[in-house]
Amino acid sequence: MQEDIVLTMRGICKYFPGVTALNRVDFTLRRGEIHALMGENGAGKSTLIKVLTGVYPMDAGEIRVDGIENPIVIHSPQEAAGFGISTVYQEITLCPNLTVAENMFIGRSPKKSVNWKSMEKRAGEILENLGIPARPKQQLGRCSIAVQQMVAIARAVDTDCKVLILDEPTSSLDDREVEMLFGLMRELKARGVGIIFVTHFLEQVYAVSDRITVLRNGELVGEYEVEKLPQVALVEKMIGKDLEDLSSIQKSEVQAASETGDLYEAKGLSSSEAEAFDFHIAKGEVNGFTGLLGSGRSESVRAIFGADPVTGGAIRVNGKAVKITKPLDAMKNGIGYLPEDRKRDGIIADLSVRDNIILALQVIKGMRHPLSRAQAEAFADEYIKALSIKTASPDTPIRSLSGGNQQKVILARWLLTHPQYLILDEPTRGIDVGTKTEIQKLVLKLSEEGMGITFISSEIEEMLRTCSRLIVMRDRHIAGELTGEELSQEQVMRTIAGGGE
Amino acid sequence: MENGKKSPSSRRREPITDTQLLLTITVCIFIAMYVGAMFIWGGGFKKPQMLFDMLNDNAFLIIISCGLTIVMITGSIDISVGGVTALVAMVSVMILNGNLGLFNGMIGALGLPEESRIFFALLMSLFIGLAFGAVQGFLIAYLQIQPFIITLAGMFFARGMITIISVDPQKAPQELMDILQTRINISWLGSVNKKGVLIPARMEIGVIIALIIVILVFFLLRKRQLGRSFYAVGGNPQSALMLGINVRRTRFYAHLLSGLFSGIAGFVFMMHTGAGNATNATAAEMNAIASSIIGGTLLSGGVGNVAGTFFGVLTLSTIKSVVTTSGLRDPWWQSISTGAMLCLFILLQSLVLMHRRKGGNGK
Repeated sequence: MQEDIVLTMRGICKYFPGVTALNRVDFTLRRGEIHALMGENGAGKSTLIKVLTGVYPMDAGEIRVDGIENPIVIHSPQEAAGFGISTVYQEITLCPNLTVAENMFIGRSPKKSVNWKSMEKRAGEILENLGIPARPKQQLGRCSIAVQQMVAIARAVDTDCKVLILDEPTSSLDDREVEMLFGLMRELKARGVGIIFVTHFLEQVYAVSDRITVLRNGELVGEYEVEKLPQVALVEKMIGKDLEDLSSIQKSEVQAASETGDLYEAKGLSSSEAEAFDFHIAKGEVNGFTGLLGSGRSESVRAIFGADPVTGGAIRVNGKAVKITKPLDAMKNGIGYLPEDRKRDGIIADLSVRDNIILALQVIKGMRHPLSRAQAEAFADEYIKALSIKTASPDTPIRSLSGGNQQKVILARWLLTHPQYLILDEPTRGIDVGTKTEIQKLVLKLSEEGMGITFISSEIEEMLRTCSRLIVMRDRHIAGELTGEELSQEQVMRTIAGGGE
Repeated sequence: MENGKKSPSSRRREPITDTQLLLTITVCIFIAMYVGAMFIWGGGFKKPQMLFDMLNDNAFLIIISCGLTIVMITGSIDISVGGVTALVAMVSVMILNGNLGLFNGMIGALGLPEESRIFFALLMSLFIGLAFGAVQGFLIAYLQIQPFIITLAGMFFARGMITIISVDPQKAPQELMDILQTRINISWLGSVNKKGVLIPARMEIGVIIALIIVILVFFLLRKRQLGRSFYAVGGNPQSALMLGINVRRTRFYAHLLSGLFSGIAGFVFMMHTGAGNATNATAAEMNAIASSIIGGTLLSGGVGNVAGTFFGVLTLSTIKSVVTTSGLRDPWWQSISTGAMLCLFILLQSLVLMHRRKGGNGK
């Protein structure tokens, strides 16, 4: 083993039933480096981390740690910590009701009694040493999330730690807090700790990392030094160049934004999850939000629908100022939203297909005006036929339908309310190719009838095929808008990567 | 807003934690109420014996509440405690009476004096308490069954057992009760009665036991790893697990201690009343929960303090005394005012905590 290498993973394979999550992945970490692990959702980043921390057993491959002769086998996070591999997770895994010092030491001492004085003194030394702005006696829950994260890191590195894994540590921090965290990471790097940095914020990778390892579809794409890999190249490697081969993208015959004025307009709209942004859509327009996962595209459309608590912004529907702070407001203004997470936000699993279809219409009409059984049956039959939903009967519970058909039921639910503006968040994820094309065709047909549609998909070529305007998001801000000639795979990637450096 | 970001070198005093804040509120309210009663009604409230009577009557409740506070800190609940207390009291009385053959036989065979029955009664009390705690703790911690359901079953089981042992109320023999009801006289806190005779303040042994348990639990919660684990598990069990705490064992110990304390409380109850009865310690579990809550323990877990619980019991008892003294002698007035006070306390707690959440920069 080379002198400065602290961790090597060779030929790691991990299979789940029907899926190869990791296929012969290699990973090398050197002393005192910050090594970014990149890849789109489902590329295998978290699986690799979970194998390394013993959450999942690996099916093949070997892991070696500096200072230990033989390859090691890790069964649990506790065992990993014993080998000097510590992890700080995205969600804080500390106890908010205990003090900072306790959180750093609880569960580590074999002693039965607690010596508060010496514990607080030691904690104070570590915090001061690492420049973490927290006081030992402070209640952890009263620190900011960033400081809590840093306390977690302080705890992790205090145990003789060679490898520190930071799994999406910045996802709930603001810019200044991220900078604080980076300061701490650089400090630890100077002390010789090897840091694995998992994130989907490209700019953050370039701000602190020395090396980047890219995974795609469970396979290793490669390991690169940061200086030698410009952002555009990184995005290409993450998404996969093979998409460029799809030159046969049919330029769709979507109309450009008509001059009739905006159907929906938002200025400075923000929610608990989304930062303030401006947005508008015209009658009959199909536009889309794109960007890497976590760039804020879903959060933005959720803000439009009021699905997360709205914190500000002025909204006009058909030129009239309205207030949309909760989904019911949006529905009453003729806005429909097909959520990204169908299982959580979409279907009501135990209700029948029919009940799921009439749900939104019933809510708009209000509970005092129930739809009659005959009406409900008529509506359900109409849409089951129109969208060719494959179900044994309208009475079948929706849980027994396939993903694509469940999606169509949710779509039917919104079409039944005759919305003037429909938001589709990942309507084609996890459904078969045939249904995908059907849904795309339906989107175009509805827009011809004058409906405004916002469409989100992780497949860029699908968006290019349906949208006449693309809003590109990066790091929770709108990075650019593309229309007309600019709508190309390459231009989208350039904008995602940031100005095409 | 940004009080979390000051430089670490400034060694100013820490803002008090939620636990300390709630404790302070409880103590203040108790003192305000007691002093207020002293001024308004004077009389009994001005005599120290009033306070000692409260302690004498509620020693068993203090002990139960200590166990319940621990259980509630871990985010669990134990409503079997009243039933176990009553069961233990009944069993103890039966042993003292010589009605349980097994112990009589043993005492006879060993040639021990009659007084040794007290020792066996105590031993049996501890055993019953531990047995309830262990079984309930095992089912809750290791088989992960809802604590409410398990301890509800435990409560019915214990109450049922009492009636199996004896349908009729039992009374312990007077000569043994004389030993058990030894009172500690504190003459300097005594008061002079109408005839000019000094009556010393009297405290029962049970109060000493209760105070010792309060102090022991206080140090357990503050100074021992196990005590801190109770807080960690109640604060966030998933995090506690990640921090290397044996969550299941911690939960088990919490229920074991609660069971043990119900056993001790049962013995103390018997020492106070000298009687075993199926309706003993009725609703004691509810009073214990109320006391813990008044003392600043949150039902949601992670926050609590046994000193608060101690004052919670006293506060609850003061409310009842105040209601009685003010002339509302019908029993329902006690219930109504207790309910109203409990509501007020919880409202006050959540308002204070909500205010702190908003003022702080954390979540």
